[in-house]
Amino acid sequence: MNGINHIQDEIIEEFSMLEGDLDMSVEYLIEMGKKLPHLDESLKVEDNIVKGCQSKVWLVADFKDHKVHFVADSNTMITKGLVSMLMRVFSGQPASDILNCDLYFIEKIGMNRFIGTQRSNGFAAMIKQMRLYALAFLSKEKAENKETS
Amino acid sequence: MGNLHTTGTKQALDVETIRSQFPILHQQVNSRPLIYFDNAASNQKPELVIKALEHYYHCDHANIHRGVHTLAERATTAYEETRKITADFINAPEAEEVIFTKGTTEGINLVASAYGRAFLQEGDEVLISNMEHHSNIVPWQLLCEEKGLILKVLPLKDNGEIKWEVLDQLLTPKTKMVSLVHASNTLGTINPIKNVIRQAHDLGALVMIDGAQAAAHLEIDVQDLDCDFYAFSSHKMYGPTGVGVLYGKRRLLEKMKPYQGGGEMIKEVSFEGTTFSDIPHKFEAGTPNIADVVAFKQAIEFIEGIGKSSIAAHEDQLLKQATEQWSKIPGFRAVGTAQQKVAVLSFVMEGIHHFDLGVMLDAKGIAVRTGHHCTQPLMECYGIEGTVRASFSAYNTEEEVDIMSGHLKDITNKLRS
Ligand SMILES: Cc1ncc(COP(=O)(O)O)c(C=O)c1O
Repeated sequence: MNGINHIQDEIIEEFSMLEGDLDMSVEYLIEMGKKLPHLDESLKVEDNIVKGCQSKVWLVADFKDHKVHFVADSNTMITKGLVSMLMRVFSGQPASDILNCDLYFIEKIGMNRFIGTQRSNGFAAMIKQMRLYALAFLSKEKAENKETS
Repeated sequence: MGNLHTTGTKQALDVETIRSQFPILHQQVNSRPLIYFDNAASNQKPELVIKALEHYYHCDHANIHRGVHTLAERATTAYEETRKITADFINAPEAEEVIFTKGTTEGINLVASAYGRAFLQEGDEVLISNMEHHSNIVPWQLLCEEKGLILKVLPLKDNGEIKWEVLDQLLTPKTKMVSLVHASNTLGTINPIKNVIRQAHDLGALVMIDGAQAAAHLEIDVQDLDCDFYAFSSHKMYGPTGVGVLYGKRRLLEKMKPYQGGGEMIKEVSFEGTTFSDIPHKFEAGTPNIADVVAFKQAIEFIEGIGKSSIAAHEDQLLKQATEQWSKIPGFRAVGTAQQKVAVLSFVMEGIHHFDLGVMLDAKGIAVRTGHHCTQPLMECYGIEGTVRASFSAYNTEEEVDIMSGHLKDITNKLRS
């Protein structure tokens, strides 16, 4: 959990310099979004879509050494920025941490507007989907452990 | 703002004075002065409307129609007064032909249900267009499914006008109901409804008009139009939310079944059978939205005080200015370039998602709407997912359009770099 919280604190620190200004925060998000590695077009398929109302998110997960690795992309720049933050926080973390952690950074950086009542992007759905992947990997691992023991 | 009086519009509007009547406009949003360009979704309320609501609850509130006491009398009088003023506003022959609903959506549903269910029969056709708001599609779809009717759709041209040349093929003696938007909320297109109404009547069809986007901008004369039903919403014309108007011709309303059952709409109730009130009360079951209806009167008076044609001329000027300025931005494409438009400018920016534009404009204090605007079949027809839509009201200024032009340029540069 410490790993996740450490990264969350880092992001909060970065945003604190923007002093809650939405304009600067959005620009910062877009810069982050631009740095998100491109997702291979072959992965941008219906099965990988996390649906939001106005923007699309593609999310692919993999499980290696007890850790969950995510790759993701979006068709909007702002959602890409949001996605890139979630990648930083979650990707490469233990499945149980992803499931159980308190995701406090979003509110702290003033971005809860994107997960609130506006169904306008896939952000909230994406967080849920990432946790579902973590849960699935965890259950699978447990089942496999049982079989081998 | 200063040069509004010299723009060559028919009548110049004193926008500063108008703005001063709208408390909500005088605030900072995201550290910048609010620019409200989301008027087609719902526009803002002048002080008089807000005050009327307050006054009603402070002084006059009681349930209407059945009370003998003074407050009930006052509330009833105020409520019925709005009905008269509304009838005048659309030149309805009689106030009883004005039914208060909660909005355009309810008005259309009322007609589909109370007229459609009773009088349309299997095989009959309902004609709508490809630019309709979902609220003028779904009620008819439901009715068609229930009654085995056929839904026909008038197609669109690239510029956002209806392909009128196919009207003759789609409007036939089988057509029993035509339901058409007066002005499109997404494209701005103003439809030549008077011609359609005449042609439909020649073939024996009734015509329902969705006037949600027209009521604050266009002169509405239901007698001149000769439409059978006309629906609109108070909240899109400076009035409170939760109030709508359905106009219907008396002879149609009288033969229609009630829409909902309950108090207010009955003459006598017994278990052997119930008789219904006369119009309009037959269609206003239960305690209505008295306060908002009472305050709605002020919205109508606000519009009439300035004059619809002056408002429209001002908004047209802003539309023209916005279209000219934004068209110069590389990648800008207006969606909806009909000859006759209300002040709605929908657009896409090549390579940029409307969601990004919407959020980035909001960060600059500018409220626009993004997405499909409840017209998904229209989006599909043009092969787009959504647009950014700016729409103007009496209180918007040329300076605001200039400001948005500047931001739009910057934002598109930033997103493309
Ligand atoms: C053309 C049109 N029709 C119908 C409606 C529905 O109006 P309301 O939501 O007030 O019922 C709207 C509102 O967005 C509209 O623009």
